[in-house]
Amino acid sequence: MKQAARKSAAKKRAVPARGAKPSTATARNMNELMAYAYALEIEAAERYAEFADAMEAHNNRAVEELFRKLARIEHKHAEQILEEMGWTAPPKSPIGGYQWQGLEGPETADFATLHYLMQPYHALEIALLNEKRAFEFFSGLVRRATTDKVKRAAKEMAAEEAEHVRLIEDWMKKVPRPEAHWDVDLDPPRYVD
Amino acid sequence: MNDLTTATALQPAAFKSDYKPIWCPGCGDYSVLSAFTKAFAMVGKKPEEIAVVSGIGCSSRIPAYLTSYGFHGVHGRALAAATGLKVARPDLTVVVAGGDGDGYSIGGNHFLHACRRNVDMTYVVMDNHVYGMTKGQPSPTTEPDWQSKLSPSGTGLRVFHPLVVALAAGANFVARAFSGDPNGVAAILAEAIRHPGFSFVEVLSPCVTFRPEQRNWKQAVHPAPVEPTDDPAKAARRILTDDGFNVGILYRGDRMVYAPPVGKGKKKPADLERGFEV
Repeated sequence: MKQAARKSAAKKRAVPARGAKPSTATARNMNELMAYAYALEIEAAERYAEFADAMEAHNNRAVEELFRKLARIEHKHAEQILEEMGWTAPPKSPIGGYQWQGLEGPETADFATLHYLMQPYHALEIALLNEKRAFEFFSGLVRRATTDKVKRAAKEMAAEEAEHVRLIEDWMKKVPRPEAHWDVDLDPPRYVD
Repeated sequence: MNDLTTATALQPAAFKSDYKPIWCPGCGDYSVLSAFTKAFAMVGKKPEEIAVVSGIGCSSRIPAYLTSYGFHGVHGRALAAATGLKVARPDLTVVVAGGDGDGYSIGGNHFLHACRRNVDMTYVVMDNHVYGMTKGQPSPTTEPDWQSKLSPSGTGLRVFHPLVVALAAGANFVARAFSGDPNGVAAILAEAIRHPGFSFVEVLSPCVTFRPEQRNWKQAVHPAPVEPTDDPAKAARRILTDDGFNVGILYRGDRMVYAPPVGKGKKKPADLERGFEV
């Protein structure tokens, strides 16, 4: 029974986007496209770093390390965008703000996805979902692009995100799957009858 | 939008201190912290132009995690300290943070009078309907039938309605937000900070340890179906009859802000200290 409940919870976690509204994001030129890309990467880097801090505070070193690694990767992506565009500071958001598909950027996971006993596999599940959402986001930009140049660039980015999905899937094969009762704490903070 | 240039204002990261939060993983307060940094960047302030004052509780740890001035004060007395600070230093943007126990129980009286005085500051309550730091006692916003080891039959007590109480007491801006949407919280916080007078923002912020069922709040919250009103009676009626999950700005008033004259001709701290010399 418990296993069935967990499976159902895992299915819920696989919902592609946080929040219900569909993305209306469009990029009318390369500046706008790259501003979106930068915001997506830097927001993800910051969130992964926050996740790592939370895990560090709870002495979950393995997951902390993994989140730090993910934060470094996303941060590097953000820096590459600044460099490619010749920007010396982060770009301004478009008027009206970023039109994300969910409540935050597609690579930014919800704090509620964390558990103090989570394992590296769970962290990779979060990363995989983020990369899939990023792929969908750029695919949407391709569909709504109004110039060939933006369409080509958005397509390249979607392909990069698809590659990240494959990399995370490969990574997950090398990490042990959590056992059934991974979240059982013999000394829990809250006792229930 | 075509002329996207680089941003010159401080980025949210500039408001984050080197201290790492020790909240439980999954706690809604992480998102509220993130929203604070985003809101401060949105209003274009520098860390030294902001003071965050808190009381006691999990959420009251927030000043330590920010680079602005901070004061982690006495249980329930954050609003009193913040009022004094704002009156003495009107140039500072004062934001007060805390939880439902700190603000509505121990600090309930200060809450009423802060609304009534209408000093220009923003009060953010991270409401999880429980005392989390002290292991899960019912708070004033706990449902009467919530059962736990500490309240096996529930409290049987009527819940406190902070938004309606704030309106009745004279708060000049009232909003509800949800921690699962940090960008939404940030936008409301920025509006609250910009609005003159006492702004009150209740953030539904789940306690995943003592109220794990609150993870479902993300399915329950929804945008308020109406525009904010400037009529407190209308706002109160709406809030009393909604499901408790309407999110957005619910009331914007225009009461005169309390700002007594300070500065010239007043005593300096050294003069005051002399009165206490032995």
